[in-house]
Amino acid sequence: MNAATRMFMSPQGVVLIAALLFALVVGFINPNFLSLATVIDLLRNSLVTAIFALGVMMVLASGGIDVSFPAIGAFAMYTTMSLVLGVDFDVPIIALFVISAAIGASLGLVNGILIGGLGLPTLIVTLGTLSLFRGALLTFVGTTYITNVPRNVISFARTMIVRMENAVGQLASLPLSFVVLVGVTAFVAIIMNLTKFGRAIYAIGGSEEGARRIGIKVGRTKVLIYVIVGAIAGLAGMTHMTLSRMANPFDLVGMELNVIAAVVLGGARITGGHGTVTGTLLGALLITMINTSLLSAGVPSYWQRVVVGALIIIGTGLPIVIDRLAKRRERLAQAAV
Amino acid sequence: MSDPVLQIDGIHKAYGPVRVLADVALTLHAGEVRCLAGENGSGKSTLIKIMSGVVPKDAGTVRIAGQELSNDPAAAINAGLSVIYQDFSLFPNLTVAENIAFLRNVAHGERWHKRGSDRQLALNTLKRMGVDIDPSQPVELLPVASKQLIAIARALANDARIIVMDEPTTALTRSEVKRLQGIIEALKKDGVAFLFVSHKTEEIFAFCDTITVLRDGRVVSQGGADEFDADRLGRDMTGRDIETHRLPRELAPTAAPIMATRGLTRHGVYSDVDLSIAPGEIVALVGLLGSGRTELALSLFGQIEPDEGVIEFKGTIRRFREPLEAMDAGIAYVPEDRLTEGLFLDQPIGDNISVASLKPSGIVDRSGLRERAREAVKRLRIKTPGIEPSVATLSGGNQQRVVLARWMERNPELMILNGPTVGVDIGSKREIHEILLDLRKSGTAVLVVTDDLGEALALSDRILVMVRGRITGEFTADEIDEERLSLSVTEEAPAR
Repeated sequence: MNAATRMFMSPQGVVLIAALLFALVVGFINPNFLSLATVIDLLRNSLVTAIFALGVMMVLASGGIDVSFPAIGAFAMYTTMSLVLGVDFDVPIIALFVISAAIGASLGLVNGILIGGLGLPTLIVTLGTLSLFRGALLTFVGTTYITNVPRNVISFARTMIVRMENAVGQLASLPLSFVVLVGVTAFVAIIMNLTKFGRAIYAIGGSEEGARRIGIKVGRTKVLIYVIVGAIAGLAGMTHMTLSRMANPFDLVGMELNVIAAVVLGGARITGGHGTVTGTLLGALLITMINTSLLSAGVPSYWQRVVVGALIIIGTGLPIVIDRLAKRRERLAQAAV
Repeated sequence: MSDPVLQIDGIHKAYGPVRVLADVALTLHAGEVRCLAGENGSGKSTLIKIMSGVVPKDAGTVRIAGQELSNDPAAAINAGLSVIYQDFSLFPNLTVAENIAFLRNVAHGERWHKRGSDRQLALNTLKRMGVDIDPSQPVELLPVASKQLIAIARALANDARIIVMDEPTTALTRSEVKRLQGIIEALKKDGVAFLFVSHKTEEIFAFCDTITVLRDGRVVSQGGADEFDADRLGRDMTGRDIETHRLPRELAPTAAPIMATRGLTRHGVYSDVDLSIAPGEIVALVGLLGSGRTELALSLFGQIEPDEGVIEFKGTIRRFREPLEAMDAGIAYVPEDRLTEGLFLDQPIGDNISVASLKPSGIVDRSGLRERAREAVKRLRIKTPGIEPSVATLSGGNQQRVVLARWMERNPELMILNGPTVGVDIGSKREIHEILLDLRKSGTAVLVVTDDLGEALALSDRILVMVRGRITGEFTADEIDEERLSLSVTEEAPAR
């Protein structure tokens, strides 16, 4: 197998091809689709999904799964806005993100202690905290929409990096909050590829017992993973708020399937040990493209759930099938033993 | 003599009321290869875990180069003791280079991942061992022997002075064992000390300078390898004279084979297998781990599909697409690992015996089944107060009898057993062999898949040797001795 075919047989390659094919098909139906404006629009629409997805990729690489991140994102974002509205001076926009990330990190710590400290199964813990954090938000913090967001949030939301019109005169623009995605991408890429902590995450995903035997502090590493994922969720929540220019406590929860679909389409395996930043970003773009173009094509939103569900099954099943076929071909190639 | 690099004194360990180790002591000097010999259940694994700090000890001391070790895996690693487990504990998803460097990086508390220096460390270490493996390959693509070398390289990369190896040659061919031997010789000269954990006589004498024998958690003898011979070692390990001679039997009446295969092939696993088994005959299929012996056995039982060739059963060509079809035809298969594949550990003994003979009608005759389970317990001399306790309460040998009982309930015409006495103490082993001989007498064909050559010689009428997927030899059990059989089993694959 040469490098090119290996690239296309890899999960990222398959996702890339799938995305391009999908774009071509939509472009064939609607020629206006294939334009720079569409790409810009796509980037804007995938911002929140992509930020969440980078965090979830870290969890999957360690062999776990997290479904509580949307609740963490909503809790951190809404609580931050409630706090800020209670004080009497202008809080700089960067501080909003920092506070939200800090709240997210402390909620992530709850997950981390339950999973890394007590060794409970990740799916059960995060299913529990998903409900717990959401319930706590609605019970103790508030249920009303906050629409009177501070002025600097509005001006931040209006600041665009790129602004352009597409063929039919609709406006496509990329807001300044794109830098949050860039920052999180750089952070996760450095953690996963350049630090021992990141490599330990992959090691734990590959063989938890093996990691423990060579002296990796498995529990401590897991706690830190969930803290980081919590902080990233806080940033994603705040990004979502600046895009919609209001704080809605009912938002975000419900996104978890989209995000997990993006991550597994991007090549992370549910069984752990695999996952890349590039693949995850591609996965997030693909999922967003499918969702938005289905919407613009007039497909009822219920159908999107069907498509996303199917994609999760394909995304997790495809690597396994590719693997099995490769093994079989390899076996058959050795005609005589 | 210089001071020992490893000194263990007065180790005691009990799990609840069960005493596992009592007053165990041993020493290891630089450049020494010591064998820790003992049967399954003698306490070897517990001792390794205590040395490496994974399991706390009740009493005693472990000293490395004079320093007493605390109960912490990191402390043992930092002191230069590395354990190479049977499963190697590598990370399949990471590259060779990263696997080799990981232990050192963890031990040195590195914060940054430096791909270049990992690669350099891996290249240097592999070169020191005289091994040529591409460091950028993911470990999951490598064969078993290479994985083992990487596990050794990982220990060396961390400047290990003591390497503990758990059953290191289980999956190796003769030339791979030779290579391992060469590497160990070279490392001994560098002053690395090895502790081999094993129960295989050939392996022990091939590798070791000194021997410590463990039995029932106590050191029963130790000394230089030249003070031991196979008989004494066996006696010390088991506490009795082992009867290696063949079990007496009447001559098998010649009969048409009940099962025969012609040109049976599964690409990359086994090829061109011709074999036949007659009623009233015990055939042993011997081969190393990974020789294709298990896959071949599973193919006869319909669990793995062959690519080419035919299986003839009772004179007609049959193709078993799933085990159920093979079972209906009268074939039984007793799996390799009775604990994970064969038994429902938490369920009562009686249910475990009758589960395979449930009627397809779906209606269960409870009292009838219980009666038959009781008879089976009596017939196979399973030591239990009744059929109600769970299987988990039985010893290894008795658990294996439960598995046998289950399949015998179906009165199979061909019984395939994979490693029937693995993890069974020597007394029970003998009795299981006798049960199989009784089966033979009643006209059942028995195929035993095993890597225990003594078992093949003691039990079978005919021995088939499998090497890298091919049947390379066939012997009647009384024309060959263990030494020659061992040579043929570890032989290299024939030239293509």
